[in-house]
Amino acid sequence: MKKPTRSGNTRISRRSLVKGSASLAALTALGGFPQVLRAQGAAVKVGVLHPVTGAIAFAGTQARIGAEMAIEEINKAGGIKSLGGAMIEPVFGDTQGKPEIAATEVDRMANEGIVALIGSFASSNTLATTQAAAKHGIPCIVDVAVSDKIVGRGLDNVFRFSPGFGKCSEDALNNLVKINTAAGGIAKTVTIIHEDSLFGSGLAGLLNKRLPDFGFEVIETIAHATPTRDFGNVVTKLRAAKPDLIVPANYYNEYVLLARTMLQQRVEAKAVYSVLGGAASNYRFVKEHPKAAQYIMDCNHWADPRKDGTKALRAKVEATGKFFTYEIPMNYDCLHLCADALERAASADRAAVKSALAATNWKGMIMPYQAVEFDETGQNIHALPVNTQIIGDDIEIIFPEDLATAEAVYPMPARG
Amino acid sequence: MLDPILLWSGLINGLLQGSIYALVALGLTLIYGVLHIINFAHGSLLMLAMYGVFLLFTNFGIDPYAALPILVIGMFALGYGLQRVLIGRASHGRDENILLVTLGISIVIENLALFFFQGDTRTIDVPYAFDSIEIAGVFVAIPRLIAFGAALLIAALLWLMIQRSDVGRAIRAVAKEKQGARLVGINVDHIYAVSYGIGIACLGAAACLLMPTYLVYPTVGHAFVLIAFTVVVLGGMGSFPGALLGGLLIGLCESFGGLFLGESFGQIGIFLVFIAVLLFRPSGLLGSRV
Repeated sequence: MKKPTRSGNTRISRRSLVKGSASLAALTALGGFPQVLRAQGAAVKVGVLHPVTGAIAFAGTQARIGAEMAIEEINKAGGIKSLGGAMIEPVFGDTQGKPEIAATEVDRMANEGIVALIGSFASSNTLATTQAAAKHGIPCIVDVAVSDKIVGRGLDNVFRFSPGFGKCSEDALNNLVKINTAAGGIAKTVTIIHEDSLFGSGLAGLLNKRLPDFGFEVIETIAHATPTRDFGNVVTKLRAAKPDLIVPANYYNEYVLLARTMLQQRVEAKAVYSVLGGAASNYRFVKEHPKAAQYIMDCNHWADPRKDGTKALRAKVEATGKFFTYEIPMNYDCLHLCADALERAASADRAAVKSALAATNWKGMIMPYQAVEFDETGQNIHALPVNTQIIGDDIEIIFPEDLATAEAVYPMPARG
Repeated sequence: MLDPILLWSGLINGLLQGSIYALVALGLTLIYGVLHIINFAHGSLLMLAMYGVFLLFTNFGIDPYAALPILVIGMFALGYGLQRVLIGRASHGRDENILLVTLGISIVIENLALFFFQGDTRTIDVPYAFDSIEIAGVFVAIPRLIAFGAALLIAALLWLMIQRSDVGRAIRAVAKEKQGARLVGINVDHIYAVSYGIGIACLGAAACLLMPTYLVYPTVGHAFVLIAFTVVVLGGMGSFPGALLGGLLIGLCESFGGLFLGESFGQIGIFLVFIAVLLFRPSGLLGSRV
């Protein structure tokens, strides 16, 4: 086995050695390595950088699974044909969920000679990785990160596959109005429950400003810390305020606790409606707490269930005992998008791949986008979120209509 | 602006949450009282016990309450073993070493948990998780009431044991005067390990009472251990009734702080009380040794 090549004056620290061997091990486990050694043209190195340890490790691990499965497929199908069938060789990295580590990982990967970088799930991490990659001229395909600062900084190496925060919340509000109007405009009042860091507060602030424009009255906004050990009082306040809509904006743990406490205290509302909700689009929540999760709606990233690629990927993921969360199809698509760019660039040169990405018009994704085309900021203009609802033991798409797999259950029936 | 139902709910929620804090703090205060160390591994051992409950439930279908004896005995054995084999040996009789060893243990346990369970949050879904009763307008989850009762009961049993049994007398003797206890024939190493074991066994019980309504992830201990430290200092280092009282007080503080100052700002109440106690009553509310 050959060691990852290192150029320049990089010192091989123990940490990077461990990481290097970890990525080698991952490669071997992937089964792609023997093919790499077959060497039809040099392998193309692509960085796959996610938070696979630390507080958001679950999402990062899922994301990596999607990337691995796509690479396996691409290599099995003969690699990059315009490069003489070159295999894609992933260089894995771990941001640990921390921006400063994310940035140093990019430097390491740059020294290992990656041509493009996929990642890195969390907005704060991705802000750091895209900036570090810009230094090395590495094109970045952003998988999930929703902060709109990511595409707003004039960096020409950033290509965001997914919809941003602004797009998600606008779509969420528009869809909410449509769902509500279709049911006769039954909901008028809203209570927002949000965690008090950038994500929750930002979203709560935005919704507070925009909801009145859509004819809703925000009667209470409740902030809470992460972690919160008890939602008893929050839910008592909810019972007293009796809002028509409950809008939670928090991470998985608090979301689950809140949903369970609401059920314990028999809170009834017309709907529980989240935007990029921590647990509302997570199969683990549905599986472990079907009753507390029932009828919760979310506006989030979701793969197009009608596509054969989605069905095949979901079956493959579930056969390994993993949950088919949205991080998987998104990274799966990002890797295929990267392969498409490499194919068109017919070169393993970073600048060539960057130009190829900028000229992308690709339709091979399993996400429900019409195509992938990037505007001058690097945002995919066709990216959009969809509305999902937990119905029975599955997460169904309820909006937009042409993608819907189920009719929205609204208002939600009494769950007690 | 606050209607009575909110105050009433704040009171109930505070007491219920406080009883769990008390239970976690009981073990901590016992270990402090006898071994004179802060057990840094407390949070991660709680996490370990919670994963134990989770695994027993998911793999063998054992109800968390039925798992209580298993967990209490298991955690006692683990605690006894840890003290006997690891902490006691590595400490060479020096308190600051013990401190570092427990810190090391916590790092190892947390990383093992990360390795085996990833950073992922796990929960169990027991059929009675959503049963609740209405007490004068406030819905209270049955599992949380059970936890409250059980925590009080466990605290009382522990106190009785320390006061009345031979082991309890030996523990008190060792806590007061190690050399003296050794002179009258008490096996000090054994008593140390028993104390540590009992302290950890409390965590086993707390885990069983928490899991029906709470969740577990590798760093879940952090959410409780800082509170438990506060409770121990508030109640008086090494005092059982102090830990119980302190736990309930902190629970109330958190709950009313949340009501009056908002959920995220309300946490400040806990530490305001903590600072006030340190300023005006440094030995804690009931500051006597075990």
